[in-house]
Amino acid sequence: MSTAWGRSVPETFGGRVIGSPEGADVRRAILHSDMNAFYASVEQAERPELRDVPLVVGGREETRHGIVLAKSARAKEAGVKTGEALWEARAKCPGLVTVPPRYDVYRRYSELAQGIYCQYTDLVEPFGLDECWLDLTGSLSLSGGDALRVATEISERVKAELGCTVSVGVSWNKVFAKFGSDLRKPDAVTAVTPENYRRLVWDAPVGDLLYVGPATRAKLHSSGIDRIGELACASPELLRRRLGKVGLVLRAFARGEDATPVAPFGTVRGCRERPIKSVGNGLTCPHDIDRPEDAKALVYLLAESVAQRLREARLRASTVAIGVRDARDLASYGRQTTLPRATSATGLIARTAWELLAASEPLDGSHPLRGLHVRASNLEPGDAPQQLDLGFDARRRMLEELDETIDDLRRRFGNACVRRGTELLDESLLDVDVKRDNTVHPEGWFG
Amino acid sequence: MVRGIAGRRKRYVEVEATFLENGSVVPRAVVWGDGRRFPVRAVFGVRACASLKTGGEGVRYDVLVGRARTFLFHERPRWFVEEIVLEGGDV
Repeated sequence: MSTAWGRSVPETFGGRVIGSPEGADVRRAILHSDMNAFYASVEQAERPELRDVPLVVGGREETRHGIVLAKSARAKEAGVKTGEALWEARAKCPGLVTVPPRYDVYRRYSELAQGIYCQYTDLVEPFGLDECWLDLTGSLSLSGGDALRVATEISERVKAELGCTVSVGVSWNKVFAKFGSDLRKPDAVTAVTPENYRRLVWDAPVGDLLYVGPATRAKLHSSGIDRIGELACASPELLRRRLGKVGLVLRAFARGEDATPVAPFGTVRGCRERPIKSVGNGLTCPHDIDRPEDAKALVYLLAESVAQRLREARLRASTVAIGVRDARDLASYGRQTTLPRATSATGLIARTAWELLAASEPLDGSHPLRGLHVRASNLEPGDAPQQLDLGFDARRRMLEELDETIDDLRRRFGNACVRRGTELLDESLLDVDVKRDNTVHPEGWFG
Repeated sequence: MVRGIAGRRKRYVEVEATFLENGSVVPRAVVWGDGRRFPVRAVFGVRACASLKTGGEGVRYDVLVGRARTFLFHERPRWFVEEIVLEGGDV
Protein backbone atom coordinates (compact mmCIF):
# COMPACT_ATOMS: atom_id res chain seq x y z
CA MET A 1 0.00 0.00 0.00
CA SER A 2 2.37 2.74 -1.10
CA THR A 3 1.18 6.32 -1.19
CA ALA A 4 2.60 7.00 -4.65
CA TRP A 5 -0.80 6.32 -6.25
CA GLY A 6 -2.31 9.27 -4.40
CA ARG A 7 -0.71 11.80 -6.74
CA SER A 8 -2.02 10.21 -9.92
CA VAL A 9 -5.68 10.41 -8.93
CA PRO A 10 -7.50 13.65 -9.72
CA GLU A 11 -8.72 15.40 -6.62
CA THR A 12 -12.13 16.04 -8.08
CA PHE A 13 -14.09 14.42 -10.82
CA GLY A 14 -17.67 15.19 -11.79
CA GLY A 15 -17.98 17.34 -8.68
CA ARG A 16 -16.76 14.56 -6.40
CA VAL A 17 -13.77 14.88 -4.11
CA ILE A 18 -11.61 11.83 -4.25
CA GLY A 19 -8.20 10.70 -3.17
CA SER A 20 -7.20 13.65 -1.04
CA PRO A 21 -3.39 13.85 -0.87
CA GLU A 22 -3.35 13.25 2.87
CA GLY A 23 -5.33 10.10 2.33
CA ALA A 24 -8.87 9.44 3.47
CA ASP A 25 -10.08 10.74 6.81
CA VAL A 26 -11.01 7.53 8.56
CA ARG A 27 -12.39 9.40 11.57
CA ARG A 28 -15.54 10.39 9.71
CA ALA A 29 -18.75 8.65 10.80
CA ILE A 30 -20.96 8.20 7.75
CA LEU A 31 -24.19 6.22 7.86
CA HIS A 32 -26.17 4.95 4.90
CA SER A 33 -29.72 4.03 5.74
CA ASP A 34 -31.71 2.02 3.22
CA MET A 35 -35.38 1.22 3.80
CA ASN A 36 -35.88 -2.42 2.84
CA ALA A 37 -38.28 -3.19 -0.04
CA PHE A 38 -39.59 0.32 0.52
CA TYR A 39 -42.89 0.44 -1.39
CA ALA A 40 -43.86 -3.07 -0.29
CA SER A 41 -42.87 -2.39 3.34
CA VAL A 42 -44.94 0.78 3.46
CA GLU A 43 -47.96 -1.05 2.04
CA GLN A 44 -47.50 -3.74 4.69
CA ALA A 45 -47.12 -1.15 7.44
CA GLU A 46 -50.32 0.56 6.31
CA ARG A 47 -52.32 -2.61 5.75
CA PRO A 48 -51.62 -5.40 8.26
CA GLU A 49 -53.61 -7.92 6.18
CA LEU A 50 -50.82 -7.78 3.57
CA ARG A 51 -48.05 -8.66 6.02
CA ASP A 52 -48.16 -12.42 5.70
CA VAL A 53 -48.76 -12.71 1.97
CA PRO A 54 -46.30 -12.54 -0.94
CA LEU A 55 -46.79 -8.98 -2.11
CA VAL A 56 -45.63 -6.87 -5.02
CA VAL A 57 -46.29 -3.24 -5.78
CA GLY A 58 -46.82 -3.03 -9.52
CA GLY A 59 -47.86 -0.50 -12.12
CA ARG A 60 -51.29 -0.65 -13.73
CA GLU A 61 -51.44 -3.43 -16.28
CA GLU A 62 -54.28 -1.87 -18.25
CA THR A 63 -52.07 1.12 -19.01
CA ARG A 64 -49.16 -1.24 -19.73
CA HIS A 65 -47.09 -0.14 -16.78
CA GLY A 66 -47.48 -3.65 -15.39
CA ILE A 67 -44.05 -4.33 -13.96
CA VAL A 68 -42.87 -5.18 -10.45
CA LEU A 69 -41.81 -1.96 -8.70
CA ALA A 70 -41.11 -3.54 -5.31
CA LYS A 71 -41.52 -6.94 -3.71
CA SER A 72 -41.95 -8.19 -0.17
CA ALA A 73 -39.55 -10.67 1.42
CA ARG A 74 -41.92 -13.58 0.74
CA ALA A 75 -42.28 -12.65 -2.93
CA LYS A 76 -38.50 -12.40 -3.13
CA GLU A 77 -38.15 -15.90 -1.71
CA ALA A 78 -40.35 -17.16 -4.55
CA GLY A 79 -37.91 -15.67 -7.06
CA VAL A 80 -39.84 -12.53 -8.02
CA LYS A 81 -37.53 -9.83 -9.34
CA THR A 82 -37.95 -6.07 -9.50
CA GLY A 83 -38.59 -4.89 -13.04
CA GLU A 84 -40.12 -8.07 -14.43
CA ALA A 85 -43.65 -8.17 -15.84
CA LEU A 86 -46.45 -8.92 -13.40
CA TRP A 87 -47.57 -11.99 -15.35
CA GLU A 88 -44.04 -13.41 -15.02
CA ALA A 89 -44.10 -12.74 -11.28
CA ARG A 90 -47.50 -14.47 -10.93
CA ALA A 91 -46.21 -17.51 -12.79
CA LYS A 92 -43.32 -17.80 -10.32
CA CYS A 93 -45.39 -17.17 -7.23
CA PRO A 94 -48.98 -18.44 -7.15
CA GLY A 95 -51.13 -16.46 -4.73
CA LEU A 96 -49.12 -13.31 -5.31
CA VAL A 97 -50.96 -10.17 -4.21
CA THR A 98 -50.49 -7.11 -6.39
CA VAL A 99 -51.25 -3.58 -5.23
CA PRO A 100 -50.94 -0.36 -7.23
CA PRO A 101 -48.32 2.18 -6.11
CA ARG A 102 -49.35 5.13 -3.90
CA TYR A 103 -46.52 7.60 -4.27
CA ASP A 104 -48.02 10.19 -1.94
CA VAL A 105 -47.97 7.67 0.90
CA TYR A 106 -44.38 6.61 0.11
CA ARG A 107 -43.32 10.25 0.03
CA ARG A 108 -44.89 10.79 3.47
CA TYR A 109 -43.05 7.80 4.94
CA SER A 110 -39.84 8.98 3.31
CA GLU A 111 -40.23 12.42 4.91
CA LEU A 112 -41.02 10.87 8.29
CA ALA A 113 -37.85 8.75 8.11
CA GLN A 114 -35.81 11.79 7.11
CA GLY A 115 -37.36 13.61 10.08
CA ILE A 116 -35.91 10.93 12.36
CA TYR A 117 -32.47 11.18 10.70
CA CYS A 118 -32.52 14.98 11.09
CA GLN A 119 -32.77 14.58 14.85
CA TYR A 120 -29.21 13.23 14.81
CA THR A 121 -27.49 15.53 12.31
CA ASP A 122 -28.22 18.28 9.80
CA LEU A 123 -26.06 16.53 7.21
CA VAL A 124 -28.70 14.24 5.72
CA GLU A 125 -28.48 13.60 1.98
CA PRO A 126 -31.36 11.67 0.42
CA PHE A 127 -30.57 9.33 -2.48
CA GLY A 128 -34.00 8.56 -3.85
CA LEU A 129 -37.05 8.14 -1.62
CA ASP A 130 -35.76 5.27 0.48
CA GLU A 131 -32.05 5.91 0.95
CA CYS A 132 -30.13 8.55 2.88
CA TRP A 133 -26.58 9.29 3.86
CA LEU A 134 -25.97 10.82 7.29
CA ASP A 135 -22.73 12.42 8.44
CA LEU A 136 -22.50 12.10 12.22
CA THR A 137 -18.86 13.18 12.53
CA GLY A 138 -19.63 16.52 14.14
CA SER A 139 -22.72 15.56 16.10
CA LEU A 140 -21.65 12.15 17.38
CA SER A 141 -20.48 13.44 20.75
CA LEU A 142 -24.01 14.75 21.39
CA SER A 143 -25.48 11.31 20.97
CA GLY A 144 -23.03 9.21 22.93
CA GLY A 145 -19.97 9.04 20.69
CA ASP A 146 -20.64 5.59 19.27
CA ALA A 147 -21.74 5.54 15.61
CA LEU A 148 -22.81 1.90 15.75
CA ARG A 149 -25.05 2.57 18.73
CA VAL A 150 -26.65 5.54 16.94
CA ALA A 151 -27.17 3.37 13.84
CA THR A 152 -28.90 0.73 15.96
CA GLU A 153 -31.04 3.37 17.65
CA ILE A 154 -32.09 4.84 14.28
CA SER A 155 -32.93 1.39 12.97
CA GLU A 156 -35.06 0.63 16.04
CA ARG A 157 -36.81 3.98 15.93
CA VAL A 158 -37.75 3.64 12.25
CA LYS A 159 -39.10 0.18 12.99
CA ALA A 160 -41.15 1.31 15.98
CA GLU A 161 -42.36 4.66 14.63
CA LEU A 162 -43.01 3.77 10.99
CA GLY A 163 -43.35 0.00 11.05
CA CYS A 164 -40.70 -0.43 8.32
CA THR A 165 -37.25 -1.93 8.61
CA VAL A 166 -34.00 -0.32 7.48
CA SER A 167 -30.54 -1.68 6.91
CA VAL A 168 -27.78 0.67 7.94
CA GLY A 169 -24.16 0.74 6.85
CA VAL A 170 -21.60 2.57 9.00
CA SER A 171 -18.22 3.57 7.61
CA TRP A 172 -15.86 6.48 7.10
CA ASN A 173 -16.97 7.17 3.52
CA LYS A 174 -20.21 7.19 1.59
CA VAL A 175 -19.34 4.36 -0.77
CA PHE A 176 -18.46 1.85 1.97
CA ALA A 177 -21.44 2.97 4.06
CA LYS A 178 -23.70 2.13 1.11
CA PHE A 179 -21.86 -1.14 0.62
CA GLY A 180 -22.49 -1.95 4.29
CA SER A 181 -26.22 -1.28 4.05
CA ASP A 182 -26.43 -3.53 0.97
CA LEU A 183 -24.38 -6.30 2.55
CA ARG A 184 -26.92 -7.53 5.08
CA LYS A 185 -30.67 -7.12 4.63
CA PRO A 186 -33.22 -6.66 6.00
CA ASP A 187 -33.09 -4.94 9.37
CA ALA A 188 -29.35 -5.04 10.01
CA VAL A 189 -26.53 -2.72 11.00
CA THR A 190 -23.17 -3.36 9.36
CA ALA A 191 -19.95 -1.55 10.16
CA VAL A 192 -17.23 -1.30 7.53
CA THR A 193 -14.14 -0.24 9.45
CA PRO A 194 -10.49 0.32 8.50
CA GLU A 195 -9.82 -3.00 10.26
CA ASN A 196 -12.39 -5.16 8.45
CA TYR A 197 -12.92 -3.54 5.04
CA ARG A 198 -10.37 -5.72 3.29
CA ARG A 199 -12.24 -8.82 4.40
CA LEU A 200 -15.79 -7.46 3.97
CA VAL A 201 -15.48 -5.33 0.87
CA TRP A 202 -12.48 -6.60 -1.03
CA ASP A 203 -13.70 -10.20 -1.22
CA ALA A 204 -17.00 -9.12 -2.77
CA PRO A 205 -17.62 -9.25 -6.54
CA VAL A 206 -16.71 -5.99 -8.24
CA GLY A 207 -20.32 -5.55 -9.38
CA ASP A 208 -21.34 -4.90 -5.75
CA LEU A 209 -19.47 -1.60 -5.76
CA LEU A 210 -21.49 1.57 -6.37
CA TYR A 211 -21.36 2.55 -10.05
CA VAL A 212 -20.00 -0.73 -11.36
CA GLY A 213 -22.77 -1.87 -13.70
CA PRO A 214 -22.87 -4.73 -16.22
CA ALA A 215 -20.85 -2.86 -18.88
CA THR A 216 -18.07 -1.81 -16.49
CA ARG A 217 -18.05 -5.27 -14.92
CA ALA A 218 -17.55 -6.87 -18.33
CA LYS A 219 -14.66 -4.52 -19.11
CA LEU A 220 -13.04 -5.17 -15.74
CA HIS A 221 -13.55 -8.92 -16.17
CA SER A 222 -11.69 -8.81 -19.46
CA SER A 223 -8.76 -7.27 -17.56
CA GLY A 224 -8.90 -10.05 -14.97
CA ILE A 225 -10.57 -7.91 -12.30
CA ASP A 226 -13.50 -9.69 -10.67
CA ARG A 227 -13.26 -8.68 -7.03
CA ILE A 228 -13.32 -5.25 -5.42
CA GLY A 229 -9.90 -5.95 -3.87
CA GLU A 230 -8.44 -6.58 -7.32
CA LEU A 231 -9.87 -3.26 -8.50
CA ALA A 232 -8.35 -1.53 -5.45
CA CYS A 233 -4.92 -2.97 -6.17
CA ALA A 234 -5.03 -2.62 -9.97
CA SER A 235 -2.61 -0.27 -11.68
CA PRO A 236 -4.07 3.19 -12.24
CA GLU A 237 -2.65 3.22 -15.75
CA LEU A 238 -4.49 0.03 -16.67
CA LEU A 239 -7.77 1.38 -15.32
CA ARG A 240 -7.34 4.71 -17.06
CA ARG A 241 -6.71 2.90 -20.34
CA ARG A 242 -9.69 0.57 -19.95
CA LEU A 243 -12.27 2.91 -18.41
CA GLY A 244 -10.92 6.44 -18.68
CA LYS A 245 -11.12 8.80 -15.70
CA VAL A 246 -13.98 6.82 -14.20
CA GLY A 247 -11.56 3.94 -13.73
CA LEU A 248 -9.53 6.04 -11.31
CA VAL A 249 -12.66 7.13 -9.47
CA LEU A 250 -13.81 3.53 -9.06
CA ARG A 251 -10.34 2.55 -7.85
CA ALA A 252 -10.51 5.28 -5.22
CA PHE A 253 -14.00 4.04 -4.25
CA ALA A 254 -12.65 0.51 -3.84
CA ARG A 255 -9.82 1.78 -1.61
CA GLY A 256 -12.16 3.76 0.63
CA GLU A 257 -10.69 7.08 -0.48
CA ASP A 258 -13.97 8.74 -1.38
CA ALA A 259 -13.97 12.00 0.60
CA THR A 260 -17.22 13.41 -0.77
CA PRO A 261 -19.08 15.30 1.95
CA VAL A 262 -22.69 14.53 2.84
CA ALA A 263 -24.80 17.48 1.70
CA PRO A 264 -26.81 19.41 4.32
CA PHE A 265 -30.49 18.48 4.32
CA GLY A 266 -32.55 20.32 1.73
CA THR A 267 -29.65 21.24 -0.54
CA VAL A 268 -29.22 18.02 -2.49
CA ARG A 269 -27.73 18.49 -5.89
CA GLY A 270 -30.36 18.79 -8.57
CA CYS A 271 -32.97 20.11 -6.15
CA ARG A 272 -31.80 23.61 -5.40
CA GLU A 273 -28.13 24.19 -6.02
CA ARG A 274 -27.80 23.10 -9.61
CA PRO A 275 -29.35 25.04 -12.44
CA ILE A 276 -31.96 23.28 -14.57
CA LYS A 277 -30.40 22.11 -17.83
CA SER A 278 -33.40 20.65 -19.55
CA VAL A 279 -37.11 20.07 -19.04
CA GLY A 280 -38.67 16.92 -20.40
CA ASN A 281 -41.67 14.65 -20.08
CA GLY A 282 -42.24 11.17 -21.42
CA LEU A 283 -45.05 8.66 -21.35
CA THR A 284 -45.59 5.01 -22.12
CA CYS A 285 -48.90 5.09 -23.92
CA PRO A 286 -51.75 2.80 -22.75
CA HIS A 287 -51.83 1.33 -26.27
CA ASP A 288 -49.38 1.17 -29.17
CA ILE A 289 -49.34 4.32 -31.25
CA ASP A 290 -49.66 3.70 -34.96
CA ARG A 291 -52.01 6.45 -36.09
CA PRO A 292 -50.80 10.00 -36.73
CA GLU A 293 -53.65 11.53 -34.70
CA ASP A 294 -52.78 9.44 -31.59
CA ALA A 295 -49.12 10.36 -31.91
CA LYS A 296 -50.03 14.00 -32.31
CA ALA A 297 -52.28 13.87 -29.25
CA LEU A 298 -49.46 12.46 -27.15
CA VAL A 299 -46.85 14.91 -28.50
CA TYR A 300 -49.11 17.85 -27.69
CA LEU A 301 -49.92 16.46 -24.25
CA LEU A 302 -46.23 16.14 -23.41
CA ALA A 303 -45.22 19.44 -24.99
CA GLU A 304 -47.96 21.14 -23.02
CA SER A 305 -46.45 19.99 -19.72
CA VAL A 306 -42.89 20.80 -20.84
CA ALA A 307 -43.81 24.33 -21.92
CA GLN A 308 -45.83 24.97 -18.78
CA ARG A 309 -42.94 23.83 -16.60
CA LEU A 310 -40.57 26.05 -18.60
CA ARG A 311 -42.78 29.06 -17.99
CA GLU A 312 -43.09 28.24 -14.29
CA ALA A 313 -39.29 28.15 -14.02
CA ARG A 314 -39.10 31.41 -16.02
CA LEU A 315 -37.06 29.78 -18.78
CA ARG A 316 -37.04 29.62 -22.56
CA ALA A 317 -35.59 26.81 -24.65
CA SER A 318 -33.85 26.88 -28.02
CA THR A 319 -33.60 23.15 -28.57
CA VAL A 320 -36.52 20.77 -28.85
CA ALA A 321 -35.87 17.03 -28.78
CA ILE A 322 -38.02 13.94 -28.98
CA GLY A 323 -37.34 10.40 -27.81
CA VAL A 324 -39.13 7.51 -29.49
CA ARG A 325 -39.52 3.94 -28.22
CA ASP A 326 -40.42 1.25 -30.71
CA ALA A 327 -43.24 -1.11 -29.65
CA ARG A 328 -41.73 -4.23 -31.17
CA ASP A 329 -38.15 -4.33 -29.91
CA LEU A 330 -38.44 -1.52 -27.29
CA ALA A 331 -35.40 0.16 -28.85
CA SER A 332 -35.18 3.92 -28.43
CA TYR A 333 -33.71 6.76 -30.40
CA GLY A 334 -33.78 10.54 -30.24
CA ARG A 335 -34.02 13.47 -32.66
CA GLN A 336 -33.55 17.14 -31.95
CA THR A 337 -33.60 20.49 -33.63
CA THR A 338 -32.66 24.02 -32.71
CA LEU A 339 -35.13 26.85 -33.04
CA PRO A 340 -34.10 30.21 -34.52
CA ARG A 341 -35.17 31.84 -31.28
CA ALA A 342 -35.69 30.57 -27.73
CA THR A 343 -39.31 30.09 -26.73
CA SER A 344 -41.62 28.80 -24.03
CA ALA A 345 -44.76 28.89 -26.17
CA THR A 346 -46.64 25.59 -26.05
CA GLY A 347 -47.76 25.79 -29.68
CA LEU A 348 -44.25 26.31 -31.01
CA ILE A 349 -42.64 23.55 -28.93
CA ALA A 350 -45.45 21.12 -29.71
CA ARG A 351 -45.37 21.87 -33.43
CA THR A 352 -41.58 21.47 -33.56
CA ALA A 353 -41.72 18.16 -31.68
CA TRP A 354 -44.50 16.93 -33.95
CA GLU A 355 -42.54 17.88 -37.08
CA LEU A 356 -39.51 16.00 -35.73
CA LEU A 357 -41.63 12.90 -35.13
CA ALA A 358 -43.43 13.11 -38.46
CA ALA A 359 -40.08 13.41 -40.25
CA SER A 360 -38.62 10.30 -38.62
CA GLU A 361 -41.63 7.97 -38.30
CA PRO A 362 -44.01 6.91 -41.09
CA LEU A 363 -46.90 6.34 -38.58
CA ASP A 364 -48.72 4.22 -41.13
CA GLY A 365 -49.14 1.19 -38.89
CA SER A 366 -45.88 -0.45 -39.92
CA HIS A 367 -43.87 0.87 -36.94
CA PRO A 368 -46.09 1.09 -33.85
CA LEU A 369 -44.61 3.13 -31.00
CA ARG A 370 -44.62 2.26 -27.31
CA GLY A 371 -43.67 5.57 -25.80
CA LEU A 372 -42.67 9.14 -26.56
CA HIS A 373 -40.60 11.76 -24.84
CA VAL A 374 -40.45 15.51 -25.44
CA ARG A 375 -37.57 17.53 -24.05
CA ALA A 376 -36.59 21.19 -24.21
CA SER A 377 -32.97 22.14 -23.60
CA ASN A 378 -30.46 24.88 -24.36
CA LEU A 379 -32.23 27.01 -21.79
CA GLU A 380 -31.96 30.71 -21.11
CA PRO A 381 -33.71 32.93 -18.55
CA GLY A 382 -37.21 33.97 -19.57
CA ASP A 383 -36.31 37.63 -19.19
CA ALA A 384 -33.08 37.47 -21.24
CA PRO A 385 -33.03 40.10 -24.02
CA GLN A 386 -34.06 38.73 -27.39
CA GLN A 387 -33.16 39.85 -30.88
CA LEU A 388 -36.37 41.10 -32.48
CA ASP A 389 -37.31 40.36 -36.08
CA LEU A 390 -37.40 43.25 -38.46
CA GLY A 391 -40.87 42.26 -39.55
CA PHE A 392 -42.80 42.49 -36.24
CA ASP A 393 -44.71 39.30 -35.55
CA ALA A 394 -47.83 40.23 -33.60
CA ARG A 395 -49.03 36.63 -33.57
CA ARG A 396 -46.08 35.53 -31.48
CA ARG A 397 -46.90 37.97 -28.71
CA MET A 398 -50.52 36.88 -28.87
CA LEU A 399 -49.55 33.20 -28.47
CA GLU A 400 -47.46 34.02 -25.43
CA GLU A 401 -50.30 35.95 -23.84
CA LEU A 402 -52.67 33.09 -24.59
CA ASP A 403 -50.30 30.66 -22.86
CA GLU A 404 -50.07 32.93 -19.83
CA THR A 405 -53.85 33.09 -19.61
CA ILE A 406 -54.16 29.32 -19.90
CA ASP A 407 -51.45 28.84 -17.22
CA ASP A 408 -53.40 31.10 -14.94
CA LEU A 409 -56.63 29.17 -15.52
CA ARG A 410 -54.83 25.87 -14.86
CA ARG A 411 -53.32 27.20 -11.65
CA ARG A 412 -56.79 28.05 -10.44
CA PHE A 413 -58.89 25.19 -11.80
CA GLY A 414 -56.45 22.31 -12.42
CA ASN A 415 -54.45 21.15 -15.40
CA ALA A 416 -57.38 19.51 -17.15
CA CYS A 417 -59.60 22.61 -17.27
CA VAL A 418 -58.28 23.70 -20.68
CA ARG A 419 -57.23 21.09 -23.24
CA ARG A 420 -56.28 21.14 -26.88
CA GLY A 421 -58.64 19.58 -29.39
CA THR A 422 -55.78 17.36 -30.60
CA GLU A 423 -55.44 15.78 -27.16
CA LEU A 424 -59.10 14.76 -27.14
CA LEU A 425 -58.66 12.54 -30.19
CA ASP A 426 -57.12 9.72 -28.15
CA GLU A 427 -59.59 8.73 -25.45
CA SER A 428 -57.04 6.71 -23.49
CA LEU A 429 -55.14 9.92 -22.74
CA LEU A 430 -58.10 11.78 -21.26
CA ASP A 431 -57.25 10.83 -17.67
CA VAL A 432 -53.54 11.53 -18.05
CA ASP A 433 -52.17 14.61 -16.33
CA VAL A 434 -48.51 14.62 -17.32
CA LYS A 435 -47.58 17.73 -15.40
CA ARG A 436 -49.23 16.71 -12.14
CA ASP A 437 -47.68 13.23 -12.28
CA ASN A 438 -44.23 14.54 -13.17
CA THR A 439 -41.53 13.34 -10.77
CA VAL A 440 -37.95 14.59 -10.90
CA HIS A 441 -35.85 11.61 -9.90
CA PRO A 442 -32.57 12.00 -8.04
CA GLU A 443 -29.71 12.32 -10.41
CA GLY A 444 -26.64 10.16 -10.47
CA TRP A 445 -23.45 11.02 -8.67
CA PHE A 446 -21.73 12.06 -11.84
CA GLY A 447 -24.61 14.48 -12.62
CA MET B 1 -71.79 -15.79 26.23
CA VAL B 2 -68.26 -14.47 26.29
CA ARG B 3 -66.84 -13.86 22.84
CA GLY B 4 -63.19 -13.51 21.94
CA ILE B 5 -61.54 -10.73 20.00
CA ALA B 6 -61.34 -11.55 16.31
CA GLY B 7 -59.08 -8.63 15.46
CA ARG B 8 -58.76 -4.90 15.32
CA ARG B 9 -59.63 -2.36 12.71
CA LYS B 10 -58.66 1.24 12.16
CA ARG B 11 -61.49 3.54 13.19
CA TYR B 12 -61.19 7.28 12.67
CA VAL B 13 -62.81 9.20 15.51
CA GLU B 14 -63.67 12.71 16.57
CA VAL B 15 -61.40 13.96 19.35
CA GLU B 16 -61.68 16.95 21.63
CA ALA B 17 -58.21 18.20 22.47
CA THR B 18 -56.38 21.03 24.17
CA PHE B 19 -53.49 22.73 22.38
CA LEU B 20 -51.01 23.80 25.05
CA GLU B 21 -48.85 26.88 25.00
CA ASN B 22 -45.72 24.77 24.31
CA GLY B 23 -47.29 23.28 21.19
CA SER B 24 -48.19 19.88 22.57
CA VAL B 25 -51.67 18.46 22.12
CA VAL B 26 -53.59 16.76 24.92
CA PRO B 27 -56.67 14.73 23.96
CA ARG B 28 -59.56 15.33 26.34
CA ALA B 29 -62.35 13.13 24.96
CA VAL B 30 -63.14 10.68 22.18
CA VAL B 31 -66.51 11.15 20.50
CA TRP B 32 -67.86 7.97 18.93
CA GLY B 33 -69.80 7.91 15.66
CA ASP B 34 -73.18 7.57 17.46
CA GLY B 35 -72.53 10.68 19.54
CA ARG B 36 -71.34 9.02 22.77
CA ARG B 37 -68.56 10.96 24.43
CA PHE B 38 -65.77 9.16 26.30
CA PRO B 39 -63.58 11.43 28.44
CA VAL B 40 -59.85 10.70 28.44
CA ARG B 41 -59.10 10.24 32.15
CA ALA B 42 -55.33 10.02 31.91
CA VAL B 43 -52.49 10.12 29.39
CA PHE B 44 -49.69 7.76 30.39
CA GLY B 45 -47.34 8.28 27.48
CA VAL B 46 -46.87 9.95 24.11
CA ARG B 47 -44.54 8.78 21.33
CA ALA B 48 -44.28 8.54 17.56
CA CYS B 49 -45.27 5.01 16.71
CA ALA B 50 -46.59 2.69 14.04
CA SER B 51 -49.84 0.87 14.71
CA LEU B 52 -48.88 -2.76 14.33
CA LYS B 53 -52.46 -3.93 14.81
CA THR B 54 -54.28 -1.83 12.24
CA GLY B 55 -51.54 -0.27 10.10
CA GLY B 56 -50.50 3.34 9.71
CA GLU B 57 -48.39 5.54 11.92
CA GLY B 58 -48.68 8.70 13.97
CA VAL B 59 -48.26 10.13 17.44
CA ARG B 60 -49.51 7.46 19.80
CA TYR B 61 -51.21 8.48 23.06
CA ASP B 62 -51.36 5.78 25.72
CA VAL B 63 -54.65 6.77 27.39
CA LEU B 64 -57.19 5.71 29.97
CA VAL B 65 -60.74 5.98 28.63
CA GLY B 66 -63.38 4.88 31.15
CA ARG B 67 -61.75 1.83 32.68
CA ALA B 68 -59.93 0.76 29.53
CA ARG B 69 -56.33 1.53 28.78
CA THR B 70 -55.97 2.00 25.04
CA PHE B 71 -54.04 3.73 22.30
CA LEU B 72 -55.20 6.85 20.50
CA PHE B 73 -53.27 7.75 17.35
CA HIS B 74 -52.89 11.23 15.90
CA GLU B 75 -52.25 10.57 12.22
CA ARG B 76 -52.01 14.27 11.35
CA PRO B 77 -54.58 15.62 10.81
CA ARG B 78 -56.94 12.76 11.70
CA TRP B 79 -57.20 10.66 14.86
CA PHE B 80 -57.85 6.94 15.00
CA VAL B 81 -58.26 4.12 17.50
CA GLU B 82 -57.66 0.39 17.11
CA GLU B 83 -61.28 -0.71 17.30
CA ILE B 84 -61.97 -4.17 18.69
CA VAL B 85 -63.76 -6.57 16.34
CA LEU B 86 -65.46 -9.37 18.27
CA GLU B 87 -65.82 -12.90 16.98
CA GLY B 88 -68.96 -13.10 14.91
CA GLY B 89 -68.45 -9.67 13.44
CA ASP B 90 -69.80 -7.32 16.13
CA VAL B 91 -67.81 -4.44 17.47
